[in-house]
Amino acid sequence: MIIKDVLQQVESIDARLCELKGDRTAGALAEVSRLQRRRAELLAGCIRLKAEDKVFLARHPRRPKIDDYIAALFTNFFEQRGDRQCKEDASILGGIALYKGQPVTVIGHRKGSDLAGNMKYNFGMPGPEGYRKALRLMKQADKFGRPIITFIDTPGAYPGMEAEERGQGEAIARNLAEMSQLTVPVIAVVTGEGSSGGALALGVANHILMLENAVYSVLSPEGFASILWKDASRSGEACEIMKLTAQDLLKFGVAEEVVPEPLGGAQLDPNALFASLDAALEKNLTALRRMNGAALQAQRYKKFRQIGQ
Amino acid sequence: MENIFKRFGAARRFDRRARTEAAGSATPWRETVFVTCPKCERRAARQNWAESLYVCPNCGHYQTIGGYYRLSLIFDHGSFRELNERITAADLLHFPGYSEKLLIQKRKTGLSEAVVTATGRIDGMPVVAAVLDSRFFMGSMGTGVGEKVTLAVEYAAAKKLPLIIFSASGGARMQEGIFSLMQMAKTSAAIAKFSAGGGLFISYLTHPTTGGVTASFASLGDITLAEPGALIGFAGPRVIEQTIGQKLPDGFQRSEFLEEHGFVDQIVPRSEMRATLSKLLRLHTTAGRRHA
Repeated sequence: MIIKDVLQQVESIDARLCELKGDRTAGALAEVSRLQRRRAELLAGCIRLKAEDKVFLARHPRRPKIDDYIAALFTNFFEQRGDRQCKEDASILGGIALYKGQPVTVIGHRKGSDLAGNMKYNFGMPGPEGYRKALRLMKQADKFGRPIITFIDTPGAYPGMEAEERGQGEAIARNLAEMSQLTVPVIAVVTGEGSSGGALALGVANHILMLENAVYSVLSPEGFASILWKDASRSGEACEIMKLTAQDLLKFGVAEEVVPEPLGGAQLDPNALFASLDAALEKNLTALRRMNGAALQAQRYKKFRQIGQ
Repeated sequence: MENIFKRFGAARRFDRRARTEAAGSATPWRETVFVTCPKCERRAARQNWAESLYVCPNCGHYQTIGGYYRLSLIFDHGSFRELNERITAADLLHFPGYSEKLLIQKRKTGLSEAVVTATGRIDGMPVVAAVLDSRFFMGSMGTGVGEKVTLAVEYAAAKKLPLIIFSASGGARMQEGIFSLMQMAKTSAAIAKFSAGGGLFISYLTHPTTGGVTASFASLGDITLAEPGALIGFAGPRVIEQTIGQKLPDGFQRSEFLEEHGFVDQIVPRSEMRATLSKLLRLHTTAGRRHA
């Protein structure tokens, strides 16, 4: 893995650049330009990253999270909580918002950006209640004719006792079936790590967009390695053979578009990412808005029908 | 006329496979007069095992049975024909060692994939049925299984026939990566479409039904039945124990547990499987006619 090392060096350069800010002496200016050159060189080496590097970036703690996307791309967000059956699962965030002045339903995994947040949101691993809440919001969106935009970023559905008791498998299955029947445009954006059925349960979309360093796979590389080789420490090896990068999925026809990220990952310049994601969203939404309900259903069915045909 | 011969030929082949499976040559069952139960380790005459449909005559343990054999237990004799027999797994990721493993599985079980799909009659009522066979790659779902199941659902929709799927699966097939995951969406979408057209889907859960199969078509039945004592869940018991750091209680994720928690209509013993399906079909004679 190279990215970890590169990011460490970039971080120390950024810290030094910060110190030098405002210093107008000739020596300082020379150092600034030298550091900036070095920084650009380091990042230029990130043009071709290995799958393992991408998994690292996809999970980077400072990578933008759903709250950031909502703040940057939408206005008037109104959060809707609870599945109306059992409880509120905060590991999925959802609600109504305006996108370019038009109402949409936004739903996504929520991981939290620090340890307290991670704990509160169960590291983005929903239970059945989370998926049932998501389904409730999607059916409401269908009723009111609002497009649905989902943000996928999860290590997987939570493998716990209560989750099983309340039907984790049934909840995911129900979402897959119901999402396939929606008559409004559905766009799924894989923003970080999309692992297993826990990711797919928000992913039966007309168009799937993947951020450049996002990954999407049948299972986390650790889980994959432990199932296949009984050795979770071989996850790096798993990353390479799983073909889980955005570029792989575009090639396979699973994803429709890869959204470019700034060199070195979205966390280095979130605004640059928001701009490119905004453009991609607007383009895809405009295209899908032209289709009627039956056409959207048919296109979504066909999209998944032909995978592995 | 030629067609009829073809049909009988296919049915005979089917019968032969079912008999082989029951006799044991394609299963871990050896050709012996006495058979030892893997659970209670007591011996019983093969004849007795066969009469109890491979439920241990001593302790009631449900032995895994093959797909063809199970179909032969539910269909009227000679009434059935296999669908899409030739569809098999595709090594789309060029996964190291996968092709070789597939060959071994094929040779070991005599199956081409982990699911057998067929159409036939139960007490004269035509149905489409699919049986996942856990002897082949743990019944895992890759593109071959996903495609065969989807084609069976689409066939049932086109012919307006009820659909029965017997699930038995370790989940998604890892070697086919993202393609396996997407089969969950594909099969679920097919069921949703079939259901919207008024089709009847009976989901019959057998040991073990876990992972991506539980989280897709297996959980989408209008009627959900389970064989006694089957392990049914999303996450495997080992994964849950690792996550919560404690042992799971006895009976957790078993059929009876699922019935108690409201996810199964009834637990149906193998001996009553055919009669129960027949009864349900009779209760749904208008199914699939909504848009007819």
